[in-house]
Amino acid sequence: MSEQYPALLVIVPLLSALVVSVAGWVNKRWCFPIAVAALSVSAWSSVGLLFRVLNEGVIVYKLGGWSPPMGIAYYIDYLNGLVLPVVSIVALLNLISSKRTVEQQFPDKTGPFYTLYVLMVTGLLGIVVTGDAFNLYVLLEIASLTGYGLLAMGEERAPLATLNYLYMGTIGACFYLLGIGYLYIVTGSLNMVDIARLLPPLYQSKAVLAAFIICMVGVWLKMAFFPLHAWLPNAYTFANSASSSLIAPLVTKVMVYVMIRLMLTIFTPKFVFNTLAVHDAVVWLAVIAIAMGAVLALKERNLKKMLTYIVVAEVGYMVGGAWLGNRAGLTGAVLHIVNDALMTLCVFLVVGNIVYKIKGYAFGDLKGLFAKMPFTMGAFVIGALSIIGVPPTCGFFSKWYLILGAIQAHQYGFMVALLFSSLINVVLFFRVFEIGFYEPFSDHEGHEHHPAVMAEAPLTMLVPLYVVAISLILVGLYTGDIVNHIVQFVIPKGFM
Amino acid sequence: MTDLISMVVAKYNYWIYITLMMIGLYAMIAKNNLVKKIVGMNIFQTAIILFYVSIGVKKGATIPILEHGHGPNAHHVVHAVDYINPLPHVLMLTAIVVGVATLGVALALAIRIYNNYNTLEEDEILAQVREK
Repeated sequence: MSEQYPALLVIVPLLSALVVSVAGWVNKRWCFPIAVAALSVSAWSSVGLLFRVLNEGVIVYKLGGWSPPMGIAYYIDYLNGLVLPVVSIVALLNLISSKRTVEQQFPDKTGPFYTLYVLMVTGLLGIVVTGDAFNLYVLLEIASLTGYGLLAMGEERAPLATLNYLYMGTIGACFYLLGIGYLYIVTGSLNMVDIARLLPPLYQSKAVLAAFIICMVGVWLKMAFFPLHAWLPNAYTFANSASSSLIAPLVTKVMVYVMIRLMLTIFTPKFVFNTLAVHDAVVWLAVIAIAMGAVLALKERNLKKMLTYIVVAEVGYMVGGAWLGNRAGLTGAVLHIVNDALMTLCVFLVVGNIVYKIKGYAFGDLKGLFAKMPFTMGAFVIGALSIIGVPPTCGFFSKWYLILGAIQAHQYGFMVALLFSSLINVVLFFRVFEIGFYEPFSDHEGHEHHPAVMAEAPLTMLVPLYVVAISLILVGLYTGDIVNHIVQFVIPKGFM
Repeated sequence: MTDLISMVVAKYNYWIYITLMMIGLYAMIAKNNLVKKIVGMNIFQTAIILFYVSIGVKKGATIPILEHGHGPNAHHVVHAVDYINPLPHVLMLTAIVVGVATLGVALALAIRIYNNYNTLEEDEILAQVREK
């Protein structure tokens, strides 16, 4: 059984998408349990895989028994061994939490919604697990196309925002495909390990250089790295809350994973940092990304949109950390993939709860919310402290590694940007706390109610939220173990 | 000058795909009508398909079906040089499917937008968005 985990991880949600869509026609009530069951299998397999990687090292899984250069192989090493459980567990928790929201927001579309949901998770897990560069493109498009469908189910402006995302996402994926095409021309292989084996003599080739740059630009477009971020805020803000709390934590993080995979496995650090020598420029781009994300977030008077700009800034953290080119920076970037997925999920689930009860997420709607929804806002405080980077929450530790890496690499601009963005985050979140705590509750028409009556979100939404909130603290407390047992093996030998 | 011409002629497939790609990109950026933008996006994707298909070509080679694999004249030594590389073509089957699916999703979104705003001209839609 445990030998088949890599296949089960992807196959079960894929087939369940079919079953869910049929169930949507027969009886809508079956959709949710089937989706939960399928994603539970994925979560179970991914955790099982992580433990197998810890015990046995790298796992190679040949799909259909075909050997790697010809067939498609799944490689599970410490990097995706760590990312897989995060993706599957975040998706599962959000699915459970979203049940009530989906029933409230589009009761007649539950079947299509859950079908797209499990397909999207299939795509994301596939991207993380695959060892074939072209297979990655196909799964990338599966995740993107279902993502467009999910994001478009929202407010009036959602379709237009999603269409803009679709243009940018398609260009990004096409660029990645083009880059892989150049790699195929020079190496004749699509298997990541095989390409890495064949590339070293060709490092001076212009085609390899073009392939790397084109792939990177494509991946940056997909992850909304600063100058290419314009599609993200509107697309995530106007979507329904169940979709945005799936897509905001996962898509950008999975794309950061793809970038690190390209840098470490396909092109090896020797090419990226020694032959190419553009890492200073990229770190400066990350500095601008962090600063602009923070400043643009400050401008917003709307909780959900503010959070989307924080996502843009966090992408800058991870890209900058990975391109610092030292052990501490890369550790911070990999750790931040995990932490940021959990933090973003936490705050977006809070927004989901608020939308479920208040039907709005502008700052004006948040008045008196601590009295009205104390448990939701309690979790929001934990999530916010983690994004700010207050110990013992996990956000502090990844930021610590990133700052350490910046100092070791003498990239003081990056260090200043991290500190600046932490300060701005303090302002952003305490502004929300202040509105929620001190200003009296008023309903949509502006009639004030004294005293506010408690109207908390249902338990099915609070329990997943608290699981995430507590995991933020637990991951923070066990950071040392995660780094010692997993992350340090991600970084190739000979890397300072 | 002759260097440039010979460079263009020798690698004409790359020049064609870059040109097509830029036409698509231009349409996506400059056109005001959403359907034209979507068509531009499709041209962009098709350019990459063309690129992949063109790299499988070999001079003097034939389609990758074994000649004389059976019967009295059968000889079993397969010379890879005699056949074009089928792999890029097969990859592009998948990419074509992806392109069609993307086009479908984009057009479905355009229909939703038309239902919301009664127009597909981007400036008119943005004007309506700003009014609200």
